[in-house]
Amino acid sequence: MNELIFFFNKVVVAGTVIGSIYALGAIGVTLVFAILRFSHFAHADIMTFGAFMSYILVVAFPELGGYVGLPTGFVVMPIAMLVTAFFAVGLDKAFYKPLRDNNVKPVVMVIASIGVTLMIQGVLRLFAGTTSRNFYFAENKEIFRIKLPFEAASRKIFITEPQILLVLFLIVAVISLHFFLTRSRLGKAMRAMSDNPDLSRISGINTNVVVWTTWMIAGGLAAAAGTLLSLDVTLKPDLSFNILLPIFAAAVVGGVGKPYGAIAGGFVVGFAETLAIFNWSILLRPFSGIIPDWIDVPSTIAFVPTEYKIVVPFVLLIAILVWRPTGIFKGKVL
Amino acid sequence: MAIKREFIVFGLLGLFILVIFTQMGTAFSLRMLMEASCYAIIALGLTIQWGYAGLFNVGIMGFIAVGGFLTMLISFPVNDKFWNSSMPAELGMVFVYALVGIALTWAITKSGHFGVSKKLRTFLAVTTGAIAYLVVMNTLGPVGDEIESKAGFIGGFGLPVFVGWVVGGLGAGIIAYYVGHICLGLRSDYLAIATLGIAEIIKAVFKNADWLTQGTLTVSPLPWPTPTPNDVGFIAARSGYLVVTTILVVVIYFALQRAYNAPWGRMMRAIRDNEVSSAAMGKNVNKRRLEIFILGSILMGLGGAALITSTRIFDPSGFLPLNHTFLIWVMVILGGSGNNLGAIFGAIFVYLIWIISEPAAILMFQTIQTYGLAWFDWNAPSDLISRALQMRVFVIGLTITLVLRFAPQGVLPEKVTNHG
Repeated sequence: MNELIFFFNKVVVAGTVIGSIYALGAIGVTLVFAILRFSHFAHADIMTFGAFMSYILVVAFPELGGYVGLPTGFVVMPIAMLVTAFFAVGLDKAFYKPLRDNNVKPVVMVIASIGVTLMIQGVLRLFAGTTSRNFYFAENKEIFRIKLPFEAASRKIFITEPQILLVLFLIVAVISLHFFLTRSRLGKAMRAMSDNPDLSRISGINTNVVVWTTWMIAGGLAAAAGTLLSLDVTLKPDLSFNILLPIFAAAVVGGVGKPYGAIAGGFVVGFAETLAIFNWSILLRPFSGIIPDWIDVPSTIAFVPTEYKIVVPFVLLIAILVWRPTGIFKGKVL
Repeated sequence: MAIKREFIVFGLLGLFILVIFTQMGTAFSLRMLMEASCYAIIALGLTIQWGYAGLFNVGIMGFIAVGGFLTMLISFPVNDKFWNSSMPAELGMVFVYALVGIALTWAITKSGHFGVSKKLRTFLAVTTGAIAYLVVMNTLGPVGDEIESKAGFIGGFGLPVFVGWVVGGLGAGIIAYYVGHICLGLRSDYLAIATLGIAEIIKAVFKNADWLTQGTLTVSPLPWPTPTPNDVGFIAARSGYLVVTTILVVVIYFALQRAYNAPWGRMMRAIRDNEVSSAAMGKNVNKRRLEIFILGSILMGLGGAALITSTRIFDPSGFLPLNHTFLIWVMVILGGSGNNLGAIFGAIFVYLIWIISEPAAILMFQTIQTYGLAWFDWNAPSDLISRALQMRVFVIGLTITLVLRFAPQGVLPEKVTNHG
């Protein structure tokens, strides 16, 4: 029983948390791709940027969370999301729009986004260094220890407050995004532009507004993902490519250009990671009496050692490219 | 006219180098040139991938690391402690297991000839592959730990360095084959994502497989193809090394120049500029792209091997996407993509600036710190120096975006000739 709880803590909880983060990031990547037709490599650093915005606000108003009873980082997050949303629009105006107007090849946009990611990285590390920071310097992280009503279960299930907030936020975000895309005029325009940019332009859709909206949504969600990730663990300024690869994998697995696919892809990648690094030998321990002696059960049976975690999203990505390049939800093939 | 521009550009570069020689001393400048020439080989590899064929490779660091590792493995002196024990046999057994596993999985994927249905085949292949993988990993683990504790690492083969360089290039080419085989049929974004991933994975493996590379302990000193500084002094040794790399650069340059003007090069440019029409002309677009992707990666592996050899130390954590991927991108797009002379110019110029910018950035920030303290009573953070170097990350990013926007042709634009 204890082993199952260990499994729950290590795989189900951890997978849900990291899967939600990937999903939030992948929605942004996939939306940018659907509207602007390029893979946005700067997304991970926009996440870090958003997290820093929240951090600055937390440092400025550390007591804010106490009034509401929620972590301060979560309370100030909407402001950080807004700032990051405008930041993303600004990036588009400064760097991507001039290239778009020149009708460059999509790959040039990708290179430009790499240039942008380096610039954000440089500025962030110039002002903030490379040490990781903790959001909980003034308050305590609330941890819920849930005891199961079983005799054999002496271990407890651990869930922290930011993890619950993360999942709740993802649910709210997904539902509101769904209604935005299906009910609102602007959302419909976005979907139209994703299907056929030329046709939507000549039918009178203001493509600039659609592009800005896309960047606002992508930037806002990226800031939320960055903040919530930093609340759960710590704020690391040097995540960039290590989190970019799983996010891209999530977007591709779900089907590029499909927001719902991105959510599914995020969870697939998140659970694949936690399942792959989980030590399965622990689940076999209760059966040590049943397993015959001639089978020598190793003390660690993990598919991938923790150091090689980054291999998991990559293998998923390659596998999906080989077998089903459109992804689960029949997205676009790049 | 075009010739003139190249003369001016290279003349100015020569002047710049001369200034550096007089200011910084001969030994230091020779080291810079030596490393710059290795970067030039890598940049030539990228300029054929990007400039000739329009392929976007963000994993240059991975190919450099593979080249560096293989040349270390081939040329480093033999580790007798390892070879005189039973460990080589155990390691051999792991390889046998791995081969058997691969053979079994492969056989199952081919079992369609005997009427096995596709679903069953996929299922069996995946299960067999997973079991074989687990067995190999679980046997490799203890063997690796044993090697680490008893012999340090497996050491090298003690073969000549040139063999190592060639093998390094070939190894990079083999990896490029598999990456390209999967991704080149799709749009260029996938190649970018996949190369980025493979580079990070290669780095992770080299960093953590201590029995193979000593991990963070690093391997040094790597043998040189020419007399080392210990034998003949810095200036003579570095000049010797520089001669070797320069010959390599020149040979590769002329070979590429010939290929560029040959029908093969014209076909590549045709594919780059209009994929549809070249496909309609009967060119096998994906195969040609795979060809040039492998060729470029071989050059990157070779250049990486030369680069790592020149530093005399194999340090897996020293491979940084910034130094070993994006710096090279700046070299190529600034120098002029698709122009081999441009790539060489860009490599030397950008590398010199890169090296000089380090003391310059530190000096600048120390000045800011001094005046900040004196005028505004501002206490600078203690890690100011490491932060100052982050400024260079910003400059690299800014250069990429500005060049793309305002001068996409680079300093030496590609010369489009009409073969009429």
